[in-house]
Amino acid sequence: MSGGVDSSVAAARAVEAGHDVTGVHLALNRNPGTLREGSRGCCTVEDALDARRVADVLGMPFYVWDFSDRFAEAVVDDFVAEYAAGRTPNPCLRCNERIKFAALLDRAVALGFDAVCTGHYALVRTSADGRRELHRASDEAKDQSYVLGVLTGEQLAHAMFPLGETPSKALVRAEAERRGLRTARKPDSHDICFIPDGDTRGWLADRLGRAPGPVVDEAGEQVGRHDGAVAYTVGQRRGLSLERPAPDGRPRFVLEVRPATNTVVVGPKESLAVGELAGARWSTTGEPLPERFACAVQVRAHADPVPATAAVTHGEVVVRPDEPIAGLAPGQSAVLYDGTRVLGQVTVDRTVAATALA
Amino acid sequence: MQVMAAYLDHAAGSPMRAAAAAALVEALGRAGNPSSVHRHGQAARAMLEDARERLAALLDCAPLDVVLTSGGTESVNLAITGAYRAGAAAGRRGVLAPGGEHAATVETIDALVSSEGAELVPLPVDGDGRLSPAVLTGALDEHGAPALVTALWANNEVGTVNDVPALAGAARAAAVPLHVDAVAAFGSVPVRFRASGAALLSVSAHKVGGPPGIGALVVDRSVRLEPVLHGGGQERGLRSGTQQAAAARAFAVAAEAATEDLEREADRLRRLRDRALAGVLAALPGAVVRGADPAVPGARLPGNLHLTVPGANGEDLLLLLDMAGVSVSTGSACLAGVARVSPVLLAMGLPAEEARGALRITFGHSSTEADVDALLAALPALAAVA
Repeated sequence: MSGGVDSSVAAARAVEAGHDVTGVHLALNRNPGTLREGSRGCCTVEDALDARRVADVLGMPFYVWDFSDRFAEAVVDDFVAEYAAGRTPNPCLRCNERIKFAALLDRAVALGFDAVCTGHYALVRTSADGRRELHRASDEAKDQSYVLGVLTGEQLAHAMFPLGETPSKALVRAEAERRGLRTARKPDSHDICFIPDGDTRGWLADRLGRAPGPVVDEAGEQVGRHDGAVAYTVGQRRGLSLERPAPDGRPRFVLEVRPATNTVVVGPKESLAVGELAGARWSTTGEPLPERFACAVQVRAHADPVPATAAVTHGEVVVRPDEPIAGLAPGQSAVLYDGTRVLGQVTVDRTVAATALA
Repeated sequence: MQVMAAYLDHAAGSPMRAAAAAALVEALGRAGNPSSVHRHGQAARAMLEDARERLAALLDCAPLDVVLTSGGTESVNLAITGAYRAGAAAGRRGVLAPGGEHAATVETIDALVSSEGAELVPLPVDGDGRLSPAVLTGALDEHGAPALVTALWANNEVGTVNDVPALAGAARAAAVPLHVDAVAAFGSVPVRFRASGAALLSVSAHKVGGPPGIGALVVDRSVRLEPVLHGGGQERGLRSGTQQAAAARAFAVAAEAATEDLEREADRLRRLRDRALAGVLAALPGAVVRGADPAVPGARLPGNLHLTVPGANGEDLLLLLDMAGVSVSTGSACLAGVARVSPVLLAMGLPAEEARGALRITFGHSSTEADVDALLAALPALAAVA
């Protein structure tokens, strides 16, 4: 129970379904703020109080569990290390993988609980032969199956997502209002919870240092200077102060970040097009991946899925989208779908430009 | 949902005694501010001063020494901040404090260090959490003329009782005022201000079965103290704010009930505690009692049981007991409900890993054998995480 409207309603529905429900708020920040500021940050004293008051209304016991040390290590430190290596991680995915459905679930099971119930918009279905399957939520606009793509079959067996069938978030808010939950009108959370002011570049620079270096084009020609390569993300267009415009005058995007030489590579939009992605770190929601299969690949929480062919070969999952994907960085997770069903995910280690495959 | 079966967290606060609640309710219905001149005000003032005199009699001090506050935390803040500011005006900036003090003390000193130039002199405690008078004497010899010394009478987590007269003797020999935080001790062990030799002493009503929201700082008339709250100059000018006559009266009623028959009640609590201890050790053979030896008379609060369970997480133990209807504590303070490893146990020299498995079980005036029965019945559930 983050203190937001989604987990509030999820808890209410779990109680109503007859489960014996205990509310848990995760304290993930070592130095929590007191008051929430707008839609950013998390785990403030105010959020914990909102969650507690919802638990009171629902008549359930409520505890705050401090996972701040594990969160710092598994999510925050990982986030910094990934950027330092020139990759672009997704911390929400990592949190689901290592905290909510790992540390939290393990502890809950040790204490005698059967499942972790959250306010994620996703569906867990049981197939005809009794296997647990993860599916997209009914409301595709709110669907959060992407950030749950890291879950394994074992984790899904202990997961409950009561909001998965709700046609829209507005209905969830209306339900919270009807149930008298104080979180009904609380703004949605955005951005990365542990960077409360939303300034990811500044936050990273504080941790990784800020050394000026060259911005080069694809030919290696210097076209500008940056004040710290690691704060840049592939596909980024804004925040590049280039001295020399491109010869054709078109906008340029970050194509690559090279932390070893503190270099940022830029180029035209078409150079962002990725024709193949591959990674050696993958997980599946159930069965092992077949050797070769058709699927849809999604590379960001709110990206459109792209039809693709995937193969498991030489210790890697290699995915070739039917149409090139723009702006994909190593470190991102590619979640593979069969229709609405999540098959698994792979953390992207390398990409091949569409132009190189042509 | 479980019904509340057993309340074993009296160190966090005891339910109000029926006599105190009745006195409070009756008095709250009367008109009058003790500072008003008219007869309604005079009646309220009479009630307030009557309560003060009764508290003074119990605490072995003069009525005028009793400065009523909003509770233990405010008393400690006033004692430390007030004595520090008075001392600092004369160039005395040192504050001597043992490890493992209550957050009210730790955070108050921290604020004085960071914004008013105070110099904290930390004093080591022994493995039971006790401050030895010899350690205090040594520190006073070394640190010249500090503004004050502060120490717990009894530790709120592990229940270890300090030798306050000996500590006060050491402080007096160095002409340094000693503040004693007696919030956990008052009502459980004899707390006598004059006999103790302390200069300042903090107590709180809700720990003795009185209402929350009122406490007292006993201030010897020789002590120089700057007020923290400014306003109408009530309470000898040391604590401005409308005086709570009704709550003071309920405080006095509760304190009288807690201190009359103190020895017999202490015996009763010791028996409950020792039965619980035997049960816990039988169910969790690896558990280790922390704080002073319960078998040594006077060394430990009679209603305090504190253990660490190796390999366990105290919060898990608490949750499982809570689900079984038994309310206990991990002992350490919470921020937004977040439990941290107890600074008290760390000050006692425990490694963080051992300190994590802490469980504090505390008995008080409403505790019965049935509470111990409920605890013992719930203990097997702990095996899952112990």
